[in-house]
Amino acid sequence: MSWQDLLEVALLVVLLAVTVPPLGTYIAAVYGSRADGSAPGDRVFGPLERSLYRICRVDARREQRWNVYAISLLAFSLVSLLFLYAMLRLQGSLPFNPTDRDGVSPTGAFNIAVSFVTNTNWQWYSGEVAMSHFSQMVGLAVQNFVSAGVGFAVIVAIIRGITRTRHRSRTLGNFWVDMVRGTVRILLPLSFVFALVLVSQGVVQNLGGGTTASVVDAASGSTEQLVPGGPAASQIAIKQLGTNGGGFFNANSAHPFENPNGLTNILEMWAILVIPFALVVTFGILIGDRRQSRLLGAVMVMFLVVISALAIFAEGNGNPALETRGVDQSISATQSGGNMEGKELRFGTSACGLWAGATTGTSNGSVNCMHDSFTPIGGMAPMVQMMFGEISPGGIGVGLMGLLINALLAVFIAGLMVGRTPEYLGKKIQAAEMKLVTLYILAMPIALLGFAAASVVIGSAATFQPGPHGLSEVLYNFASATNNNGSAFAYQGTGTQWYTVTQGLAMLVGRFFLIIPALGIAGALAGKPTVPSTNGTLPTHTPLFGVLIGGVVLVVTGLTFFPALALGPILEHLSL
Amino acid sequence: MRTFIRQLAPAALAIVAFTLLLGVVYPLVTTGIAQVAFGDQADGSLVERGGKVVGSELVGQPFSSPEYFHPRPSAAGAGYDGSASSGSNLGPLNSDFLASIDERVAAYRAENGLDDLVDVPVDAVTASGSGLDPHISVANAELQARRVAGARGIEVSTVLELVEANIDGRDLGMLGEPGVNVLLLNLALDDLVVAG
Repeated sequence: MSWQDLLEVALLVVLLAVTVPPLGTYIAAVYGSRADGSAPGDRVFGPLERSLYRICRVDARREQRWNVYAISLLAFSLVSLLFLYAMLRLQGSLPFNPTDRDGVSPTGAFNIAVSFVTNTNWQWYSGEVAMSHFSQMVGLAVQNFVSAGVGFAVIVAIIRGITRTRHRSRTLGNFWVDMVRGTVRILLPLSFVFALVLVSQGVVQNLGGGTTASVVDAASGSTEQLVPGGPAASQIAIKQLGTNGGGFFNANSAHPFENPNGLTNILEMWAILVIPFALVVTFGILIGDRRQSRLLGAVMVMFLVVISALAIFAEGNGNPALETRGVDQSISATQSGGNMEGKELRFGTSACGLWAGATTGTSNGSVNCMHDSFTPIGGMAPMVQMMFGEISPGGIGVGLMGLLINALLAVFIAGLMVGRTPEYLGKKIQAAEMKLVTLYILAMPIALLGFAAASVVIGSAATFQPGPHGLSEVLYNFASATNNNGSAFAYQGTGTQWYTVTQGLAMLVGRFFLIIPALGIAGALAGKPTVPSTNGTLPTHTPLFGVLIGGVVLVVTGLTFFPALALGPILEHLSL
Repeated sequence: MRTFIRQLAPAALAIVAFTLLLGVVYPLVTTGIAQVAFGDQADGSLVERGGKVVGSELVGQPFSSPEYFHPRPSAAGAGYDGSASSGSNLGPLNSDFLASIDERVAAYRAENGLDDLVDVPVDAVTASGSGLDPHISVANAELQARRVAGARGIEVSTVLELVEANIDGRDLGMLGEPGVNVLLLNLALDDLVVAG
């Protein structure tokens, strides 16, 4: 790591530190932090929102109990899924198809539809080979927006569950309003500006199928090269801001037309992280206690820093297997060195390790280098961060949700130790809530390990690389699906019927089997009175509590996944 | 169940409305502004020579003749296929991967007249993430300069000066890593001949 690389990390920290607080404050205003309910930009967005409510026949003033809120969310996701599935199946007959793509297979389309509706953006296909411009622009990009909008709705509903006290009707707000406001007031304006910034740096944004160039060295084997086209920038902007991560092109953010230079690289990393961190600030404002958000934010940052550092150093040190093969992997004035297989020269290993941390700490999953070619430890770092449950800082809404669930588990364990009924933010945490917490905590590991084990046992369904690396691939890819991440150890062919179906189911579990218990907990909390804090109350804004949450996450993840990791990346590292 | 069915209507209407707003209006407005304000970039930063498009300055392309600088190995299709971006995705200990490294190291040394004691820059023997990497490292370019100069019958120092002139530095002095844009460097070499 050179001093310039350190400066790059520092600049990312500064960019986030400057933008996160105002954005968090803005989001809080969008979700009603002001006494009169007004928000900046009402004059612009108000009419648009009201016409959307009119079109959808939604009564914006009508509040929903947690179960109706969850049902609205499920109905919206189901309709989205069917709509996208139909579009992908029919894309060969739909308009705006300059690259002449055919319809997608039934299980393939199921997988893609689930993937984009659940904010995962797992891609078994290659964007430029399988998708028409119509499907990308009118299908996938729309889900990039609204699946993130659903994430906003989830977290504000949970916050209302905490702040509403003995609420007679136990309502959590209106799903349609929360989803629409997040999409229209936060994601749309940010994406619009960001897309134009990306174009100015070289990201393509046109409606053509590309330009055929006559290459300079005709003796090189090919005389022509397709310079691809399409509405890429508008999709890439929301793909990063919405913690989606699905690339317009197969190579994702390693592609020069998705991420052309060092400047776009840092801006895209900023875009991946800014909203999930801003939501932590929003949380503090809405519950009226910013100390809580500082502590939660610190826990997130700690995990993110450790994992990113691990990936940066592992990749920067290069691949030990190349040392005896006459390859120079050292850092010098004329090369950046390190493990360069699967990495772009303009980014080098440091910006790749940092990105790997950011993309798996959130549920983004876009990649600027190929994780499958990482060194064993470099590849384990992002894998483990997904296994934490993506809480550092996590996907829009669902990341903070995950950390709050872990906080409930932490107060519960602390309560057991001293023999008191646990409380969190003034609400008693009792048997009903803890049952839902348990469901939440178990869903992801069961789906991850269950599907991974089944895939390994049913060997015929599996194509992966020899040795422990093959198991790493299966583990990584199910960790990605169940955590709605979307990044991949991409050597493994996951376009088969077995994988499109099992990964699709894994993504559904990872989305809805977590969101629904969490909304259930919020509904239960909304009906409870606030208990005044006493000397015996465990304060939840202190470093001690931060250690407790971090410990809970580490212990749960370690106990669950260590045996599998030992047979995958750890064994591979030891066989170097 | 009845609640669920009642929510299907707003769900369907919301999808239609959002598809119009976010899937049609947003990308088309963005395209319109992008085409007016940043037309060249929006169309792929194309490079022309003699009225012909010869490539994009952001996308690497294949070169194998000795008088040109060679790009990194590529896993995009048969190599630098603009319609099939991809990395190799081979694991760090994969025997196929290690075998291809040995081959590339030997080929690189033979091509450039280097003896077995010279370590080959890592970027010269590894495939990039996209398979379309436009850059090589400065170290890689400097080792190729003698071959290129010899094939063209020009001074090595002239070639090295061109390498120097075509280095893309770090953005803002700290973002990313410096490298040499292979297409632009090779075009500069060709222009040199025309001018000379």
